[in-house]
Amino acid sequence: MISVQSLFKQFGDLEVLKGIDLNVEQGKVVVVIGPSGSGKTTLLRCLNVLETPTSGKVEIDQQALDFTGKVSFNQIASFRRLTGMVFQSYNLFPHKTALQNVMEGPITVKKEAKAKVEERARRLLEKVGLGDKLDFYPFQLSGGQQQRVGIARALAMEPKVMLFDEPTSALDPELVGEVLRVMKELAQEGMTMVVVTHEMKFAKEVADEVIFMDDGKIVEKGNPAEIFENPKTDRTKQFLRMIESGV
Amino acid sequence: MKMYLTNILTDPERLDRWMTIAQSSLLPLLKGALSNTIPLTLLSFSFGLMIAILMALARISPIKPLQIVARIYVSIIRGTPLLVQLFFIFYGLPSIGVTIDSFPAAVIAFSLNVGAYASEIIRAAILSTPKGQWEAAYSMGMSYPQALRRIILPQAARVSIPPLSNSFISLVKDTSLASLILVTEMFRVAQQIAATNYEFLLLYAQAGAIYWVICFCLSLLQGRVERRLDRYVAR
Repeated sequence: MISVQSLFKQFGDLEVLKGIDLNVEQGKVVVVIGPSGSGKTTLLRCLNVLETPTSGKVEIDQQALDFTGKVSFNQIASFRRLTGMVFQSYNLFPHKTALQNVMEGPITVKKEAKAKVEERARRLLEKVGLGDKLDFYPFQLSGGQQQRVGIARALAMEPKVMLFDEPTSALDPELVGEVLRVMKELAQEGMTMVVVTHEMKFAKEVADEVIFMDDGKIVEKGNPAEIFENPKTDRTKQFLRMIESGV
Repeated sequence: MKMYLTNILTDPERLDRWMTIAQSSLLPLLKGALSNTIPLTLLSFSFGLMIAILMALARISPIKPLQIVARIYVSIIRGTPLLVQLFFIFYGLPSIGVTIDSFPAAVIAFSLNVGAYASEIIRAAILSTPKGQWEAAYSMGMSYPQALRRIILPQAARVSIPPLSNSFISLVKDTSLASLILVTEMFRVAQQIAATNYEFLLLYAQAGAIYWVICFCLSLLQGRVERRLDRYVAR
């Protein structure tokens, strides 16, 4: 479903991604972990071209973008429709209600009929447990509720892949669970997902593969049991120790 | 001053004369307001806003020549007096063969003037919209115009209402300058009437009062618009 080949990203002199290769099969959940500054968020943002890679190739669902050459904006826009993005800071549209947030993409981008979109949007909000908050503006919702609207909004575009960029990092601890529950449900339904997170418990329970990144490279990858119980590199061991001791 | 006041108070005939003139000049003044002051304001503000949006976008675009055009435009308009701009267009341009009637000349000058000031307001409002809003719009596959129209400008509008209202209200009063290029707007009507009966104090007070009423109505309107756009913001 997703294939990334020798992906490089530079911000000025700073090299953030130093040759990433990655394959994600359909229906799999990949969790990316690593210290801050390791490039995990940049990698995720390269998958929907919110960052333009310096070079390399990204392919999703048979659509390929080769950043070694020129890529047009139209190519990028149609490529972005393959993925749904969930942001750390939700980024809901504050001037639209929950329902309007979810309907915005299909109506503006895909030009779908309003009645059809509204029905789907209602169903999606129902699914994330917000069927009673359709007409609420974002400021009237808690962080956890806003993030669930964010997930419904991304799903409304019927993406092939869902990308999660630290979706629970901005949440109060007691609100993390409701968001993770929705994500877990999605995974069980067979959605292909790439998740950048610090929620190790979620990684252990839901991930098919865990990727540990450091300094712009993939240091280690494997199934959760391998990575968490039996990390191979010292760097991974050190990181996991730090996370577990809560430092 | 004191003499003048006692003059009125002790001279009932003068007072009567004032009441008569005030009554008979009210209609011509209102006519000047309705047929020139208000249309001039509305037209200039609409065109000015369009210019402002285009110039704000040019200024924040990544294309250097566009940025430079916008900078030069704003610099020239803000750096020269409005009266000079009016005279330049109405009295100046004919010498190179461009003759424009007084009303359209005034519309052009005021539109350009509003455009420059409002473009800075709109630019600031667009830049104040969080980057995450652009990203959320782009991530669902929106184009730049779509993101701008559906997501960014509606939010920028809310922020720019108070400063734009300032520009709007200033414009109402600035249109009095159009009297100097022979537009018969309200102030010119007041001048013309006063020239026949020499009651300058009365006529200018009357004109001033009508300007104030118009501006007062506009600030009420501003309040309504602000409350409407504030409905999605936590109080």
